[in-house]
Amino acid sequence: MDFNLLINAIIAGLMLGAFYAAVTAGISISFGMLDIVNIAHPAFILLGSYIAYIVNVELGVDPIIVSILVLPAFYLLGGAVYQIYYLSFEKYGQESLRGLAFFFGLLFVTEVCLLLIFGVDYRSVTAIYMGPSLRFWQLEFPLRLLVPALASVAMFLGLQVYLSRTFIGRAVMAVSQDPMALRLMAVDPTRIKRIAFGMSIATASMAGAFLIIIQPVIPSVGRDYIGRIFAICVLGGLGSLPGTLIAALLLGVIESITSVFYGPSWSPAVSFGLLLLTLAVRPSGLLGR
Amino acid sequence: MRTPLFIFWQFVVAAALFGLFRYIGNDYVFFAGYTVLEFIVLATAWNILGGYCGYVNFGSAGFFALGAYSTIFLYTVGQQADDIFPESMAQVTGLIFPLPLPVLIVFGGMVAGLVGLGMGYLTLRLRGVFFAIGTLALAVVLQTFIVNWSFVGGSRGAYVIPPNEIAVLGPYIQYLFLLMLLLVVVALTTARLIERSRLGYGFATIRDDELAAEACGVPTLRLKLIATVLSGALMGMAGAPFPFYIGYVEPGSAFDLSYAVNSIAMPMIGGTTMWAGPMIGAILLGTLQQLATVTISSAANLLIVGLLLIGFVIVAPNGIVGLWQKWIGSRWKS
Repeated sequence: MDFNLLINAIIAGLMLGAFYAAVTAGISISFGMLDIVNIAHPAFILLGSYIAYIVNVELGVDPIIVSILVLPAFYLLGGAVYQIYYLSFEKYGQESLRGLAFFFGLLFVTEVCLLLIFGVDYRSVTAIYMGPSLRFWQLEFPLRLLVPALASVAMFLGLQVYLSRTFIGRAVMAVSQDPMALRLMAVDPTRIKRIAFGMSIATASMAGAFLIIIQPVIPSVGRDYIGRIFAICVLGGLGSLPGTLIAALLLGVIESITSVFYGPSWSPAVSFGLLLLTLAVRPSGLLGR
Repeated sequence: MRTPLFIFWQFVVAAALFGLFRYIGNDYVFFAGYTVLEFIVLATAWNILGGYCGYVNFGSAGFFALGAYSTIFLYTVGQQADDIFPESMAQVTGLIFPLPLPVLIVFGGMVAGLVGLGMGYLTLRLRGVFFAIGTLALAVVLQTFIVNWSFVGGSRGAYVIPPNEIAVLGPYIQYLFLLMLLLVVVALTTARLIERSRLGYGFATIRDDELAAEACGVPTLRLKLIATVLSGALMGMAGAPFPFYIGYVEPGSAFDLSYAVNSIAMPMIGGTTMWAGPMIGAILLGTLQQLATVTISSAANLLIVGLLLIGFVIVAPNGIVGLWQKWIGSRWKS
């Protein structure tokens, strides 16, 4: 095994993993903390990608800046989706079967809409950091991976600090553990959940921008991420953001090594295999409660 | 209605349908009809686990493709029998291959059922959500294996050349259509039998409150495994004739996510509590999709399915059957 190749594969994997962490952050909140199985999350990420794409092509604005600008819109979108979900399913305790079907339908409708609007061509963005890469000795840091990776980590840390230091953040953590107790503290669990779900969809906007920087996208690319994000979320332990980060980095490295040494056609099986393995061996994940 | 009578009526309807299609005499009707029938089997199969037990399976496409690819596997073995088996067995292989389609269907069902068993054993001990995600994972793992397995065509795909004509019936598509009709009878009878047996009541307890059921001594894990195996096997059986229908199979078409979304949407729209629900949903949605594919576009028909699915789960949680029962109920009262 070529040592140099291995080191570079690990570095690429770490950067990819940091990006996966950003992609999974939203699911970590909605699935891990709120118990809402939002399998439509990848569709929202792609929506973010395509918004970044349009603005980038039309006005030439950097995709990451675009994604930050549209954060409030995504937050509101998330709030609206949660409201529908709450009124139709959660209120009646029917979230398991019908809620899942609802999000599955949402995933499909969003994907087909994007398909009808943008077609099946691969779309990509332009930014100054797309081409060059940093080089230390033998180590390569392509900027198109490094920039999203650093931005992901920044976003992830921001989220973690927000959730653990502010009142709302702590309420979000609390709602996953005991909504009743929260109600006794005069906090409306539904409102907290709405805020949290809004935040989870808002992260999709940034993750979408990172995605389109890292690879060109087509509407169906979201499916590849369904398994990945749930694998990471479960492996990291539900509701644990640090666990999510560790699991994402781990998966990134394993995938990168697989794809370098065995060929990229095997890499989708890695995440899913890991997911099945985690479910079979340690369902509570690495840092699960 | 007693089960033998029910089966009898099913055969009457099936025969009438086949006779009508022969009378129309256009092969397209058979092609379109085959797809609708295939969806009835898939939807009914999904409903055994999803509707009766309340466990969502997103991996219908995976089970379907398992059936399709087991057919391709056996077909390819039959094609290359001389290279694979030793000379001395040439006589035996010459007798066995090419395998008749009903055998392939049973084989496809067995493979899919076994995978369902393994899959269920891994994930059914956990909360329902994990099973749902696990099935999604299963479909992708299987697809990756198929893509990398060159014997069954890999990502290039594989050709299966169906015979043009068949004795007695004439065009081969009519034979496929007839087999699918038979599968529909099998699927509907299974679903109805389950509904009225101890098994069905066991499934219902799982759906309503699994913890309470477990506490009352219902062997929940075993029941769930039975449901998964039955459901998976029926999906595999629906997929087994697929290569002969389409002629060329590649992983993208066999694992098409539209199978997954359709087999969820159809029972949800028709109603998950009764055997007739998935059938009604499949007939409605399947026909609608055939019409939309011909008149608008195939992307649009998926959009229709998605929107209908969302609309129905929000507005009419018990589907068309539920609406109908409510209507009858309100008429009874007044």
